[in-house]
Amino acid sequence: MQNFEYANPKTIQEATALLGASWSDANLLAGGTDLISLMKEELATPKRVVSLKGIKDLGGIHKSGGGLRIGATVTFDELLENAAVRAEYPSLVEAAHGVSSPQIRNMGTVGGDLCQRPRCWYFRGGEGLLGMKNGKSLIPGGENRYHAIFGNGPAYFVSASSLAPALIALGAKFKLVSASGNREVAADKFFVAPQNETTREIVLAPNEILTEILIPSAKGVKNATYEVRHKEALDWPLATASVALTMKGNSVANARIVLGHVGPVPYSASAAEKWLAGKTITESVADEAGKAAVADAKPLSQNEYKVQLARVAVKRALLEAGGKKA
Amino acid sequence: MPDYSWPPMEKRRIVGKRTSRLDGPDKASGKAKYPSDLNPPGLLHAVMLTSPHAHARVKTVDIAAAKKFPGVTAIRVISGPGTEVQWAGTEIAIVAATSEAIARDAVALIKVDYEVLPHVVREDDLGKVGNRAKAAGEQVTGDPDAAFKEADAISENLYSIPVITHCCLEPHGQVIAMKGDKVDYWPSTQAVSTVGGDLAKYLEIPASNVHVQMDYMGGGFGGKFPADRWGVESAQLSKESGGRPVKMFLDRETELTIAGVRPSAFANIKIGAKKDGTIIAWQSQSWASGGFGGGGMPPLPYVFNKIPNYRLNHTAVSINAGSARAWRAPNNPQASFLTCSAIDDLAAKLNMDPLDMFLKNVGLTIRPDTYRLQLNKAAEMIEWKKNWRPRGQNKDGYMRRGLGIGISTWGGAGHASKARTTIHPDGSVEVELGSQDIGSGTRTVISMVAAETLGLPISMIKVKIGDNLYPVSGPSGGSTTVGGVSSSTRKAAVNALQKLYDIVGPILNAPPDRLEAVDGKIRMIGNPDKGMSWQQACQKLGVNTITEMGENDTKRTEGLNTGGASGIQMADVSVDIETGVVKMNKLVAVHDCGLVINPKTAESQVLGACIMSVCSALMEERVMDQQTGRVLNADMEFYKLAGIADIGDIVVHMDITPDNDKRGVIGLGEPPAVPGVAAIANAVANAIGVRVPSVPLIPSRVLAALNGRRNA
Repeated sequence: MQNFEYANPKTIQEATALLGASWSDANLLAGGTDLISLMKEELATPKRVVSLKGIKDLGGIHKSGGGLRIGATVTFDELLENAAVRAEYPSLVEAAHGVSSPQIRNMGTVGGDLCQRPRCWYFRGGEGLLGMKNGKSLIPGGENRYHAIFGNGPAYFVSASSLAPALIALGAKFKLVSASGNREVAADKFFVAPQNETTREIVLAPNEILTEILIPSAKGVKNATYEVRHKEALDWPLATASVALTMKGNSVANARIVLGHVGPVPYSASAAEKWLAGKTITESVADEAGKAAVADAKPLSQNEYKVQLARVAVKRALLEAGGKKA
Repeated sequence: MPDYSWPPMEKRRIVGKRTSRLDGPDKASGKAKYPSDLNPPGLLHAVMLTSPHAHARVKTVDIAAAKKFPGVTAIRVISGPGTEVQWAGTEIAIVAATSEAIARDAVALIKVDYEVLPHVVREDDLGKVGNRAKAAGEQVTGDPDAAFKEADAISENLYSIPVITHCCLEPHGQVIAMKGDKVDYWPSTQAVSTVGGDLAKYLEIPASNVHVQMDYMGGGFGGKFPADRWGVESAQLSKESGGRPVKMFLDRETELTIAGVRPSAFANIKIGAKKDGTIIAWQSQSWASGGFGGGGMPPLPYVFNKIPNYRLNHTAVSINAGSARAWRAPNNPQASFLTCSAIDDLAAKLNMDPLDMFLKNVGLTIRPDTYRLQLNKAAEMIEWKKNWRPRGQNKDGYMRRGLGIGISTWGGAGHASKARTTIHPDGSVEVELGSQDIGSGTRTVISMVAAETLGLPISMIKVKIGDNLYPVSGPSGGSTTVGGVSSSTRKAAVNALQKLYDIVGPILNAPPDRLEAVDGKIRMIGNPDKGMSWQQACQKLGVNTITEMGENDTKRTEGLNTGGASGIQMADVSVDIETGVVKMNKLVAVHDCGLVINPKTAESQVLGACIMSVCSALMEERVMDQQTGRVLNADMEFYKLAGIADIGDIVVHMDITPDNDKRGVIGLGEPPAVPGVAAIANAVANAIGVRVPSVPLIPSRVLAALNGRRNA
């Protein structure tokens, strides 16, 4: 770990003033469950670490408009215990439960989950975000069992966020604040597939802070998350699906289906969403929707199984949202 | 000569009773200090630079900048120019500094120039390893070709089990101080009495100059016998830093890369039987790798080694990866998995219940009666007859349930061990051995044996182990410790007690050979009123103490310990056929280990071994990358191990019977780590209706097998 300056601001304004134009100037510290290991591996080498823990305005969950405003430093545990979240957003609760380490649920934050770096073992092993060697990616010809089945490169890692698919399906917006102003970004526009080693997988700039997450009301929106995981104990999901269904009587008026851990960004299954409109959720409809959701998958040499897992995740999430036990 | 034999079962007050481990509270509360917890005054920290290349020749090593770095006290080059590195992670240089952070920063300043050479880091495809393969001679017994012609059913398949690591919670390492030619050494080791000699050899000093101390250690599993390069180099760093103690423990990545592995095993197995299930022929072509040194043949066919006709071929494959070390029952879990999978597949070909198939063939094992009893007991515990269905027929929606069997054998006779028992005039008792408690409950067992022998409560016995100044006792390997230390302790305590009888006898007006020590009293056999308390008896020593030795002589154990342990495990699993995820319902384990001194810690040994088997069967593998030559999952994130929620219900039955008891003490560390992988793999085949030929049974492999493919 390289030496760094540690700053502990009390307000968002103070914090943004401490950030720089480059990721090597300053990094934000919330729960630290990712940043500390990145710094130990020298994958992050900031000159300054800006702690967000002392900033009260970044915490708390409260009603806002018809929906909910979740502070970026709310922990998984706080999210799981919140009555309003539990009442209206089961998909978010299920996604947070998927973070199966009590230690990470205690320390890890909602903002940190959305901003964490990919877990690709080539990236974490020091081969770069895209794992390029001599102008060629190591991943298609390498050990890619946990890698992307969507996207055409050059990024083959999978987005690591547990909450993103649910937040995208629910139509959340993220508020980003810098010294020069604020902006709101739709959750699905927050994640980008980098085209080269120097760009990041999220639109957050080095001088910005993700301050809050705004989720519209989900009254009458049936929502669920299903994740396929190998282990019950600390582990990353192999594939997840979050669905949000606006109903008209017994049939689906509008569907959002978002897959996680299958591509460099959460994957919106738009063909399946369109196909589902007007349908009633049954076992076979859910199965067909799952099939449609993975129709465009392009698995790598070792991860064809993830196509099946993503399909099953969609099916089971739909059945769960539809009140039919998967 | 005194009678050392164990007291009859019905007369034992302590031995054979469930006893909580004595150091449990200290371990749970953090009071127990492990070697990696030690921070003696003046401590320096050492960090190693390791090779990023799997195969390379070191051209130059430039330590000039690192040497000048403030806080650095010494640097040593381990692999100098000209050295051919054979695996990534090889030790290149080591730095001692006043803090770990400084040592790491200094390591980053060392410049190494390598000539990178071609590497091979994977052995799974024998066709791709070229001249790295070395075939052993063929072994043939009987006439396998003729026997296969006579067989009514033949099963043939390629099975494989990958390299795994030891994953010790406390990594390898030590705190060490060398002043002149004297060394104080606090290693995390399985060999308190011998590791100092190993170190001394490399330092070229007398073994007696090394003082080894270790009260606790965080797991070894066979990987912690030698002093290791980092131990030797840390001693030299200490010497070069004026004798200040140096602490050096491997970081997790290095621990998983170079601190030892269990070799892989691959085998094409053809097996044939008559209609009634009698196995008559076996043929296997196996290969294995444990790193650069290749990999030997697992003992095939395992346990059923009296199959009358067989042909064995084996190829060792040398790869550029960290080398093998003993791993809990070396080569046995692999052999059990390969053999039991083949037998289970053959039973399926015959439409036979595999339990009947195993029972039918116990005559091909060395202990038919024991295995028959254990198979029946395990079947009763898992309700085999009620729960077993033919392959793929136990369905509930997309879930499939199945049962499977695994088998084990092991030696486990006691190692050479010396113990010294001292009785003080105040009645206190010390037992000293240069042994170690590697987490198996050795300290507790020694106390129980001494207390039983002397007729005292456990609380009156002070056990001193973990120091090579105590009488020499063997390393903890091969499941030899409990047999060794219980026998030497028993003998030392009996010898000391004889001396006490010699003093007390005349006072009680009783012949010394008519005395017994029971319930804190020395009294006459058959006349309990004629006696005195233990304290009164010891007071008669005046200013003297009684100090007596006891020795376990491996050639003459006098019935105190022996070898030959058997075991059967059966697994009950559920498999989600849409996702390929396997869930453990239950694992039952039936094991015999002769006279069981402490049933509670014996069961703990089996529980721990079963958990390791769940990991190995369902999750655990070292992932090597041929492109970079490195281990991709040298961490606790993608090197997957089971958590509490993953292990299911584990039920242990120790075969405690008068017949087994008569055999004396048998070690138990290793045998229960053998059958679990086989049992789980067979249960999955039974559940889903097809064989998943390669463990771990990860979703990709399970789904591939369900889709009729070999590979994911």
